[in-house]
Amino acid sequence: MRIKMQPVEELMLKMADDALIIGHRNSEWTGLGPILEEDIAFSSMAQDKIGHALALYKILHEQFGEPDSDLLAFHRGEKDFKCCHLVEFPIGEYDFTTARHFLFDNAEILRYELLLQSSFEPLARLAKKIHGELKYHLLHANSWFTRLGRGTEESHARMQSALNSTYPLAPGIFEASPFEKELIELKVFPGEKVLHEMWEEKVHALIGEAHLQIPSVKDATIGMGGRNGYHTEHLQPLLNEMSEVFRLEENVEW
Amino acid sequence: MVKSLIVIEQEQIISKEEILEALREVMDPEIPVLSVIDLGIIENVEIEDNAVTVKMIPTFTACPAIKIMQQQIKEKIVSLGFEDVKVIVDDSVSWNSDRMSEEAKRKLEKFGLGIPNRHGGEFSLEEIEHSKCPHCGSSDTTMNSLFGSTLCRSIHFCFDCKQSFERFKPL
Repeated sequence: MRIKMQPVEELMLKMADDALIIGHRNSEWTGLGPILEEDIAFSSMAQDKIGHALALYKILHEQFGEPDSDLLAFHRGEKDFKCCHLVEFPIGEYDFTTARHFLFDNAEILRYELLLQSSFEPLARLAKKIHGELKYHLLHANSWFTRLGRGTEESHARMQSALNSTYPLAPGIFEASPFEKELIELKVFPGEKVLHEMWEEKVHALIGEAHLQIPSVKDATIGMGGRNGYHTEHLQPLLNEMSEVFRLEENVEW
Repeated sequence: MVKSLIVIEQEQIISKEEILEALREVMDPEIPVLSVIDLGIIENVEIEDNAVTVKMIPTFTACPAIKIMQQQIKEKIVSLGFEDVKVIVDDSVSWNSDRMSEEAKRKLEKFGLGIPNRHGGEFSLEEIEHSKCPHCGSSDTTMNSLFGSTLCRSIHFCFDCKQSFERFKPL
C-alpha cells in the first residue's frame, strides 16, 4: 500500500517544528543554568532535539521534495510553522522550564513509542533511534519534577504554580490534524486522541507522585491553533533571532 | 599509461579487509582512543572498479563529530590510492552501544571512562544509578548528571575511590 504523502508529511513537520523550537528554548539555558550540571543538561538536550528536528527535516527533503533542512528551519514564515504553543513560550524561571519539560517530553516519548510500529518505515526506523535518546530526557524531566514537587514548601508552591500555567497549554500538543483518519487507516500513527489519553494517564500518575495537584482547565481553546499556523506572540521574535545569521548571507557555504 | 597500470595494481592489492584495517587509525574526535571500527559505526565497505563506497552510521542523532569522521574516513581511503571514494551516512541502520567491540570497552576504561553494559536491545535506566567505576571497578557509585561533556557521556561519583567519572552512556 502506498502511503499518501500529505498526512505523514504533516505529522513529521509538526514533530520537527516542536523539536526545533523546544530545542532552541532549551539552548537558552546555556550559560544560565542554576547549577553547572543543569546548564549542561539543557544544552545537551537542546543539541539532541535540534538533531531530531534535522533528521525529520531530512526525510521531508529527501523523500517528499520539501526544501532542504536549513531552509525549512530558517526560511519559513511563522504561518508555515506547525509547532504547538507550549514549546513557544520563553524559558521563564527554572520552575516553568521544568514543568514544560515534564509535560512536553512525556508526550514526545509516547509519540515515538507509538511510531515504533509505524507503517512508514523511515519514521519507524528513526523512532527506534530517537526513542533511546529521549529516555535520558524523560528521566531528567521526571526526576526534577518529582524532586522539586516534593522538596521544600517553596519549591512545592513554585512547581504547582508553574504546572498551573503550563498544564492548560498541553492539549495543544494533541490538536487533531486534518489527516487523523488517514494516518490511522494507513497505520502510520494511531492518532492524537490515543496519544492524548496515554499521556494523561501517565502524567496524572506522575503529578500525584510529585505531591502536586492536577490543575483544572476551564477554557479548552487555550493552547490550540499551533498545528494550523496560529501561534503565540513569542514565536516570531524567536524565529527572527534563530534566523538572524542565516539571513545575513543566505547562499553562503558553511 | 604507466600511471594507469599502477592504479590497476593497487586495485588488486588493496582489499576490503585492508581498508577496514586502515580505518582503525581514524579516531573519534570526542573520544580519541576509539577508532571508527571500535565504535562500530562502519556498516559496510564496497569496492567496485577502483571506487570505494563506505556506509557509516551516526552514534547519537545529533552527534557533531559525524562530518569530521566522514571526511577523515574519506581522506584515509584516498591515501591508500583510491580516487573515487564516497562515504555515505546511512540513517536506515540504528546505532546502539552493543555495537562497540570488547576491545573498545577496554580502551574506554583505560582512558578513564565508564563503559556501557551489553543490553541486547533495550537498556534500563536503573542500572545507570550504579555504573561501574573505571578507576577502581566498584559499583558503589551514584549518577550525578545524565548529561556530560559530550552527548554520549553521563557524570557519576564513586563512593569507594571518592572520584567522579564520566561514562559512555548505554544507548
